[in-house]
Amino acid sequence: MAAQMDIAPNRLIRLLQLGREREALNAQSIWQCVSCQTCATRCPKSVNCAGIMDALRQLSMEEGRVSPAQRRVMLFQKAFLDNIRRNGRLDELELIVQFKLAGFMHDRRFSLLFKDATLAPKLNKRKKLHLRGKKVRDRAVLRRIFARSMDHS
Amino acid sequence: MNIGYYPGCALHGSSDDYEESLRACLNTLDVQLQEIDEWICCGATAAHSLNQKLSTALPARNLALAERGGFGEMLAPCPMCSMQLIKAQRALAENEGLRREMSGIVELEVRGTTRVLNLIQVFEQIGLDRLKAALKSPLKSLSAACYYGCLLTRPPDVVEFDDCEQPRSMEAILTALGAKTVDWSYRTECCGGGMTLASEETVLDLSHKILSNAAAHGANCLVVACPMCHVNLDMKQPDIEHRYGVRHGMVIYYLSDVVGMALGLPESALGINRHFVGKA
Repeated sequence: MAAQMDIAPNRLIRLLQLGREREALNAQSIWQCVSCQTCATRCPKSVNCAGIMDALRQLSMEEGRVSPAQRRVMLFQKAFLDNIRRNGRLDELELIVQFKLAGFMHDRRFSLLFKDATLAPKLNKRKKLHLRGKKVRDRAVLRRIFARSMDHS
Repeated sequence: MNIGYYPGCALHGSSDDYEESLRACLNTLDVQLQEIDEWICCGATAAHSLNQKLSTALPARNLALAERGGFGEMLAPCPMCSMQLIKAQRALAENEGLRREMSGIVELEVRGTTRVLNLIQVFEQIGLDRLKAALKSPLKSLSAACYYGCLLTRPPDVVEFDDCEQPRSMEAILTALGAKTVDWSYRTECCGGGMTLASEETVLDLSHKILSNAAAHGANCLVVACPMCHVNLDMKQPDIEHRYGVRHGMVIYYLSDVVGMALGLPESALGINRHFVGKA
């Protein structure tokens, strides 16, 4: 994965060592990262690069620094968490709709809005299209867990 | 054998063919899966990318539910879920302060005592000898590329499973069941995981390389133990073929599909007829 990145994980670590956090936080690569853990596994100095990627993503979102080219990835992760907060378990169709709308509000690209529409009948043919996800009974507890976890004080 | 079962969202969503497969297969081997009541999503990449505390709290709630149900062991067939659960379990077991904090956050006492297993480990517990004894139709026609992807073996200090660079556990199971396995280079490369929607090009690129390498080494099928790997390599295969102007036609089996077939189960009982890419 590192081959596709603007700043590979080892170079991101070096930027942080040099105190150049802003450059690291602005990197495309922190959102291109697929969290495959290869960098952390193979680092000869046992640096937890993947964990640092997580921290950089969290900071870049909180500080509103996510680069426009990578904003879709961040919007997807946000829609995913919001979906769990409300349902307890992922509701796939709802997530797709939510993410597509958020993505469209961001870049106004109709092509992406309707891109996967032809997949629905193919999924349905294979009985893989579930119109409603199974929700947990106690969903109020999810909202409390989220609130406590997000509370930085 | 009775074992706790954490399906995770994918296996109750569009990857329910995986659940169909492993339930049929394990049932034949007399393993009873007991679903954890009220389980919730593990948070996956979204949680560990956006909120560290949440990425421990969501698995912690599930571990607490498993403990309440009295399960010493729990199968989590999705490697994303199992990695997140194991990471939280180990952190909780080692740190009393964290146990107290998390018990408060998730409103249940959690101790971190449930051992989380991936699907390969469940087959290992059943034992290769028992699998061989139950063998009805040896997998003679398969030249399988066993594909581990990223999170079955990584991070190695968290999951502590097999060799993170040269894993052999799936090959051992397939060989015992009469299949040939191929040596190839992309066994632990990532397919792009949960980026299917968020960054499709990444997934198509990585998955195309995996399929190409498997074919170049003589594989006639890929075997996976992950719902996301299956989505990217099977469901997205027509898109990969379209984008790169190639024809892969590579059948992607779940590990429980091939074990089930070897035990004599028909493909329809394993949900194989619900995959996107069929046999040529």
